[in-house]
Amino acid sequence: MVWDWLPVYLPRFVEGLWITIKLFSLSIFFGFALAIPIGLVQVAGPKWLGYIAHGFCTLFRGTPLLIQLWLLYYGLGSVFPYYPGLRESFIWPILVEAFPYAIVAFSLSVAAYEGHVMKGAFQSVPKGELEAGRAFGMSGFTLLWRVWLPRALQNVLPTLAGEAVLTLKSVPLASTITIFGVYGVGSIVRQDTYRTYEPLLFVGFIYICITGLIVVLFRWLENRVPSESQM
Amino acid sequence: MKLLKSILAAVVVSASFSSLANAELRLGLDSANYEPFYSRSANGEWAGWEIEIGDALCAAMQEDCVWVPIAWDGIIPALTAKKIDLIFGSMSITDERKKTINFSNKYYNTPAALIAPKGMSISSIDDLKGKKVGVQVSSTHSNYAEKYLSDGTDIKIYQDFNEHNQDLFAGRVDAVVADSLALAPFLESAEGACCEIKMELNDEEVFGIGVGAGIRKEDTDLLDRVNAAIVKIREDGTYDEIAKKYFNFDIYGG
Repeated sequence: MVWDWLPVYLPRFVEGLWITIKLFSLSIFFGFALAIPIGLVQVAGPKWLGYIAHGFCTLFRGTPLLIQLWLLYYGLGSVFPYYPGLRESFIWPILVEAFPYAIVAFSLSVAAYEGHVMKGAFQSVPKGELEAGRAFGMSGFTLLWRVWLPRALQNVLPTLAGEAVLTLKSVPLASTITIFGVYGVGSIVRQDTYRTYEPLLFVGFIYICITGLIVVLFRWLENRVPSESQM
Repeated sequence: MKLLKSILAAVVVSASFSSLANAELRLGLDSANYEPFYSRSANGEWAGWEIEIGDALCAAMQEDCVWVPIAWDGIIPALTAKKIDLIFGSMSITDERKKTINFSNKYYNTPAALIAPKGMSISSIDDLKGKKVGVQVSSTHSNYAEKYLSDGTDIKIYQDFNEHNQDLFAGRVDAVVADSLALAPFLESAEGACCEIKMELNDEEVFGIGVGAGIRKEDTDLLDRVNAAIVKIREDGTYDEIAKKYFNFDIYGG
């Protein structure tokens, strides 16, 4: 084992870690914000909206994230030159950056997986509890906010933790569209030093640490919501 | 893509293990196309200038050779781990690489080039300040960018040669540094018509003295045989005959 490269590349790893965490947390945030309505309309929404949500989940869960990412980044990119005005427009500075594409692709993927989970979560809340809420005179939104959503989340927090960890481990895919997170920096080290094991082990170690943090965070959340036996 | 490449490489590597018994020479090249040097045709056969040269060298050495595509960023480890016997995929000879592997004498040498959209005026690399420049990861071109452009230029690193060309066309990068010859088919394509060669880049320290076959340090016998084979095909006219089919200049370099 040779580790002399580590001090040299440490600043780049810190930079990469920041990118990895930023991409991960923004995707989870936007993805989950989308997942709640996607899950809800499949259980309680108008039928046609439910079908659209279901179709979205099937499509995005059924195709590889890598392909979605590439269709979005390189697919859209290949269309740009045919709209000459685009390069002078105000959104061009965003379109040339790779990061927004990654956020969109990852968020949609998270939304599809967690939307599916949330559908089951909403279904799993006993009807009687919702009826009890209504009997108290709660409006639709209050019922959702005070009873339905908290009870649904309580049931699926462990599943959501698992989904979050899976999302984290998809982040290396972003290196194919020039976003060099921890994994990307690791591959630069591999190519510069021709060492295979050490950089990969180091990258793996960083991922285990982040995964550990996510697990701890979710456990903390789970402890904050009262469990079935405590009620 | 990365994943796909590594899975593909793993499959090919395990497949090539079984052929170890036949004592074939396994020539490793990048699993992505690198025209006109090598590319895979629709039926999966490798073709191109470098493939023909490699086959000619094998014939001169009286060896049976197989081509093994490997993801570029893992090709030197694949050689040292004995998953291939030779790197024959347009790898420039550099001092940095020589620390890990040996190189045969060069079998060709072409300059690096900077390409950019036709309308853009670039007369020196100083004009790239504040611009985005695409290079392939782990290439001499990325080393060049690192050395000369790291101050004030946004260097974007791509996993694959074709991807930075695509983003040059899309306008996501303002210029690309790559091998002049490898860029030629792109510049001739409909997409590449946007752009032209702005200048040739020279720095022997970065780009090295040319392209050679990568060989494990301990395989000195193979090294001698490859060098002898290069001399042989240069002398008997095989080299020029193949080169003439692809290039209208001296690819071997001065």
